[in-house]
Amino acid sequence: MIRIDQVSKSFGKLEVLKDISCTFEQQGRIVAILGPNGSGKTTLIKSILGMVLPDVGEISVVGQPIRGRWAYREAISYLPQIARFPDNLRVIELLRMVQDLRQQPAHPEQLIKRFGLTSHLHKRLSTLSGGTRQKVNLVLAFMYDTPLLILDEPTAGLDPVAIIQLKEMLGQAREKGKLVLLTTHIMPLVEELADEVVFLLDGRIKFRNSIEVLKHTFNAANVEQAIARLLLNSGNAHRSLDRVSSVVS
Amino acid sequence: MIKILKYTLFDLLRSRSLLFYLAFYLAFTFGLFGLSADIQKVLISMMNVMLILVPLISTMLGVMYYYNSREFTELLLAQPIRRRDIFLGQFMGLSGSMAMALVVGVGLPFVWFGVGTSPFFVQFLILLGSGVVLTFIFCALAFFIALRNEDRIRGFGLAILVWLVFAIVYDGVFLLALALWSDYPLEKFALATSLLNPIDLSRILIMLQLDIAALMGFTGAVFKKFLGTALGSAVAVGVLVLWVLGPLAAIHAVAARKDF
Amino acid sequence: MKYLVVWMVWLWIGLWPCSMKGASWWVYGKCEWTDIQSAIERAAPCDTVWVNGGVWRVDHPIVIDKPLVVLGKNRPIIDGGGGKGDLLLITADDVELSGFTFRHMGINYVEDVAAVRAESVRNVYIHHNVLENTFFAIYLAHVRGGEVAYNRIVGGAVEENNSGNAIHAWYCSELRIHHNEVQGHRDGIYFEFVDESRIYNNHSHDNLRYGLHFMFSDDDVYYQNTFAHNGAGVAVMFSRRIHMWQNRFMHNWGGASFGLLLKEIYDAQIQGNTFSKNTIGIFVEGSNRIQYRHNLFRANGWAIKMNGGCMDNVITENEFVYNTFDLAIQVANESNSYDRNYWSEYSGYDLDRDGVGDVPYRPVKLFAWVVQQTPEAMILLRSLFIDLLNFSEKVSPVLTPAAVMDHQPLMHPLLQ
Repeated sequence: MIRIDQVSKSFGKLEVLKDISCTFEQQGRIVAILGPNGSGKTTLIKSILGMVLPDVGEISVVGQPIRGRWAYREAISYLPQIARFPDNLRVIELLRMVQDLRQQPAHPEQLIKRFGLTSHLHKRLSTLSGGTRQKVNLVLAFMYDTPLLILDEPTAGLDPVAIIQLKEMLGQAREKGKLVLLTTHIMPLVEELADEVVFLLDGRIKFRNSIEVLKHTFNAANVEQAIARLLLNSGNAHRSLDRVSSVVS
Repeated sequence: MIKILKYTLFDLLRSRSLLFYLAFYLAFTFGLFGLSADIQKVLISMMNVMLILVPLISTMLGVMYYYNSREFTELLLAQPIRRRDIFLGQFMGLSGSMAMALVVGVGLPFVWFGVGTSPFFVQFLILLGSGVVLTFIFCALAFFIALRNEDRIRGFGLAILVWLVFAIVYDGVFLLALALWSDYPLEKFALATSLLNPIDLSRILIMLQLDIAALMGFTGAVFKKFLGTALGSAVAVGVLVLWVLGPLAAIHAVAARKDF
Repeated sequence: MKYLVVWMVWLWIGLWPCSMKGASWWVYGKCEWTDIQSAIERAAPCDTVWVNGGVWRVDHPIVIDKPLVVLGKNRPIIDGGGGKGDLLLITADDVELSGFTFRHMGINYVEDVAAVRAESVRNVYIHHNVLENTFFAIYLAHVRGGEVAYNRIVGGAVEENNSGNAIHAWYCSELRIHHNEVQGHRDGIYFEFVDESRIYNNHSHDNLRYGLHFMFSDDDVYYQNTFAHNGAGVAVMFSRRIHMWQNRFMHNWGGASFGLLLKEIYDAQIQGNTFSKNTIGIFVEGSNRIQYRHNLFRANGWAIKMNGGCMDNVITENEFVYNTFDLAIQVANESNSYDRNYWSEYSGYDLDRDGVGDVPYRPVKLFAWVVQQTPEAMILLRSLFIDLLNFSEKVSPVLTPAAVMDHQPLMHPLLQ
């Protein structure tokens, strides 16, 4: 469904993505894109959305190269990292506006109820707390029935209850056969939900495999530990990783 | 694009800065009428004010709007919408609503005090028209500056600089050049130089209405032909339109290559 | 009032030596007298010659050499056929000529030929004629006492050096020229050495040079005339004691164009005139003791432009509104006064509410000086930069004459 072919991107002198190639084909899967700050996660996601234009390489979504195209985004629901909206709008107006702009069947009602946003619908977005705004953000991302779901830090600012609901929604998405790409810093969430981990470091994919293989490779009890070890190893990790993963698979 | 325009307009019509802009013009124009019921006098005062303020406020609000709506822009960019439409829609929304504020804020008092039946109606229309075109030009320049500069401080600084250059510095250097080379025939130079500055152009359009008697005092044939016939106004309007289209094309080019 | 009118009518009849005395002669196209000249020859002094219609082709000028009333009925046409001579010559006193159309004369580069010429006579009365495409139309030389009224004079002049004047007077006095419409000539009305005459209610427009032109003429009055779209409105040169009242000077546009030109004139009065949309309202050169009062200057390029050597002029109680420049002065002279005018650009205040601004007004702008040096700079008019320049100059004058100032600028317009 998503095919990334030798993509590089630099902002000025800073190389953010270095010759990245990977594909995400399988449906009904949740892929966690992990990596330290500045490793290129958001840039990679934005490249898929066409917001960042790669210097080199090609990205295809649903079989078509995306450069210069925009209609393919109908297949994607995106949750941006920071939930900031036009300050003057009310929540309901924002929802209507996005629906009006996309012209695709949307089902926000259930989500609104789920996150308890009904009483906030007529408030201006500028008056909402960070958590509430993130909930609105989630409604916007989940109200469409698209085959692709890209979530950048979906848990930011959420209370525990909302996180549980998010997990449920992610599970449902997988059941419906969607492909979910998400970035997060909360490792238990990854452990609980993700089928697969892509680990980015300095613009390169350092590791890509299932949770089990990750834990096994680094001989770790949980994902958190595994990632920590992965980071520690990364000085000379490249060759050893290849060896280990080939052994495991 | 129409939808983006609609929402930008919708957004702006509620924002305080635009309301303030509208209120300012209303208060100012009514105030001028309070001081003098002479439409011609108010027209001349308004011309002075608009030629300075419209470019200034347009660049400032343009840059401000772009920076403030960055997240909204990102939200739009992730939707299945053409990039060009997003920026064009925002630009049209911003400049359109500012132009509307100008037309209502200045126009209402004039209509109220009977410009419609006065002999100055054409002057009034030209004044409003140039105000609207200047709004479009300087909003476009502002968008272009903001698109090229992620740093807000730098963007605002550049915007003020651009205004300063077009509003004052340009004319100062222009006058200096005229004075320095006054021994040479400067007609064509003077005309061409005026065409390159949209504020000067609008000023000349209005001047053709107010000061035609003095302008016809020129001995030069080129001047006379340009200023004394419809040709001058037609060329001025044409170049003004180019002044809108140029920055718009630049916005389009920059937006197509920009990362968000 | 009624008695006055009756008295005046009797007076007029009494003074006009021929009135109600002579016999009438009729000239028709197909009748006893088939040409005007022989009718005139047959008529006795003080007779009336009627010419009824027809087109009269003239190769030699018709000469009126005795006091006659020559009247056209059904508008007879005197046609010059493009020839190069005069059409009608008046050589006797007390001639009245009315009701004719004169037309079609050629250009004469050598002599000032005219449709109607009166020479060395008294009391000529030329009225209600139409003169079309003539060279000089009405030419008065050495005429004392006379009236030129209600004529319509239309020329097709293209170049100054091969066109004539509509009404031309030379060495005359006590003329009355009124209610004429003159257009398409070099000068609409031309006075040279003409004294004690009156010009009023004329409409002089679209002439190549001046609507009205005085040279070496003294003690004349012109009033309630309209001068529009001429090369320049009125030129008064080398003349004394000319009074100019209630005339309208409009739309005189061009590089050397003005509503009124004063050159070397003294003791004139300019009152109640309207100057609107002229490149220069009044252009003054070397003129002294001129009174400007109650004039309205509206939307001119320069309301008044004074070049060197003007002394003892008084400009007061005028209205200067929306002129690009109110005043441009090359050499300031302390003896001129500019007090008590209304200036639309005055932005001072009047705290004691006596109708006079508390801050003096400086009508000379720096930019007027700049434009004088560099005419092309005009294109920067009304720009912010120029406004700033003007403002700083206003605060501390360096290049503009500090003495030129209205110490009592009026707060409200006093005309209109």
